[in-house]
Amino acid sequence: MPPVPTLKTKHMLGIIASIIDGVLVGLVYGLSAMGLTLIWGVMDVINLTHGTMIVGGMFALYFLANGLGVPPYLALPPVLIGGFLAGVLLYWVAVHRMVGRPPLMSLLSTFAVNLVLIGIGTGVWGTALFNVAVSLPGVSIGRYTFPGAHILAAVLAAVIAAALYLFLHSTRLGKAVRAVANNREAAELVGIPTTRVLAVSVGCGVALAGLSGVLIGTLFPFTVLSGDGYQLKGFVVTVLGGFGNPVGALLGGVALGLLEGAVTPFVPVSWTLVIEFALFVLVLIAFPAGIFASRRGAL
Amino acid sequence: MLRRPFFWIIALVIAAFVAAPAIGDDVDLRESLALATVYITLASNLNLMLGYAGYINFGSIVFFGLGGYICVWLVDAHGWSLAPSLFAAGIGVSALAFIFGLGILRLRGPFFALSTIGVVEGVQAFVQNFGPWGGSSGIYISPEVFQPLGGAARALWVIYFALVATMGLSLYLSYAIKISKFGLGLLAIGQNEDAAAILGVPTPRYKAWAYSASAFLPAITGGLYFFKSAFIQPSDAFDLSLSTEALVVAMLGGQGTVTGVALGAYLYEELRGYLLTSEMFSHFQLVIAGVLLLVIVLFFPGGLMGFIYSRFPRTQKVLE
Repeated sequence: MPPVPTLKTKHMLGIIASIIDGVLVGLVYGLSAMGLTLIWGVMDVINLTHGTMIVGGMFALYFLANGLGVPPYLALPPVLIGGFLAGVLLYWVAVHRMVGRPPLMSLLSTFAVNLVLIGIGTGVWGTALFNVAVSLPGVSIGRYTFPGAHILAAVLAAVIAAALYLFLHSTRLGKAVRAVANNREAAELVGIPTTRVLAVSVGCGVALAGLSGVLIGTLFPFTVLSGDGYQLKGFVVTVLGGFGNPVGALLGGVALGLLEGAVTPFVPVSWTLVIEFALFVLVLIAFPAGIFASRRGAL
Repeated sequence: MLRRPFFWIIALVIAAFVAAPAIGDDVDLRESLALATVYITLASNLNLMLGYAGYINFGSIVFFGLGGYICVWLVDAHGWSLAPSLFAAGIGVSALAFIFGLGILRLRGPFFALSTIGVVEGVQAFVQNFGPWGGSSGIYISPEVFQPLGGAARALWVIYFALVATMGLSLYLSYAIKISKFGLGLLAIGQNEDAAAILGVPTPRYKAWAYSASAFLPAITGGLYFFKSAFIQPSDAFDLSLSTEALVVAMLGGQGTVTGVALGAYLYEELRGYLLTSEMFSHFQLVIAGVLLLVIVLFFPGGLMGFIYSRFPRTQKVLE
């Protein structure tokens, strides 16, 4: 005879299910944070358009899936290309003149571009809620069902992250990106076209934001302004994983997902971001050396 | 300080703000100038962090909104009169900023900037869940509170003069800090924080003081602003576009200057008033602010005053 679940064990199971789901979603956050951390690692620029680029991915998904009837996950390749091009454009508009200047200036310039994008977005679409319905069979364990979309998004995030790792470590261009991150002047001396590599890095960073936007868009409804929350999560993940370290970012995403899953059963939703941000500040204060130490050459 | 010409220039500006609408009893002009005083106050105080210490505060609106909430709440729920409520708002928000500042100012450069975004989120989440402040529906105050000020029509004039006074104090505060030892310390931090620390500038304490000082007058302005509209709710009190506009304004005028920031705020407010009335631009206010900021950051990092200083070097001696 199976043991009768008491109220307490049921509660525990609910928390564990919430944590597992949190980890699945956390992998997607990790993917988004890889975009932030790649750009920071290569050129010490914090991309404040990141959240809006995530929303860009979400809207691309919406128009491809709901407008043209493309299966949701086939929105990934066009967003990859579109995001890359948007990133290269962003580099030439806002970042190129800022490289090597105090980080505050690039913070302001990407912030300005973000204002423009947000302004256009809210002017055209307002703040209406958009939703992309994805129907996939879930996986049931006991009384709990994990939505299929969450599982597939986590798997795809892991695959994309692995692809990025392969790109950085086994292709000539990826190695050039790492070389520039390590020492831009030395890279220039050995004949690497650093400006082009910087543009490629921003392109990859933004493409990652867009891809994670597509994946998040299959999980949750969104508005033009949703990006802010995901961008904040991105910063928290980046700090957890160590600035400038893409593999760390993926782990940081999982850690954040764990935390979110463990916290959501107990705390109102509007407080989760606050808790995460308190964590951001605490980690930065407690381990500044660790974070700065891993900044160089971690790519 | 009285011997310096700049002291009297500020006095002239204040006099102009008082006299211009009062002479013709011009209510429209008063409303437009009232908004300008809000921009000037927010931008000058933001400038203490941005222009002097080189720290970007994306969340300066928190001071404004919290000040508004404290003041409106004291007036509405506790029956305080306006002046002590404003003072309490200023002191309360400053003290809070000091405590926050000791924590987040241990983060340097861009990390501080990111954490100020978190402060906005945190305060907003707190206010939305805080019962006595009406949660997301906010607080309405009854028009009766205007009685002690001599009725609604006269109260609006009183509030306007108080706004102008707060603006004047902001300008004097910016100026006084700039020519003080404290101000020199902040400017040193802005140029090279490590070097400043090695040369004996107590950097964490100075930054926390500056952060706290930059909270006091915006909180009072927030109190006046929301007392005037007799209504406050989280989405107005923490309107992110106002803190981004304060940033744009400070950069437009020239970060680190007193004149430039005031001038930038005034010009921006006029431009905005013009754009809001035109059909095409009213939805794209943020776009314009963004393009403006981008152009300034990319091509004119010195802002208006940078341009004026380079064209007319002698102005540097008079206009701070």
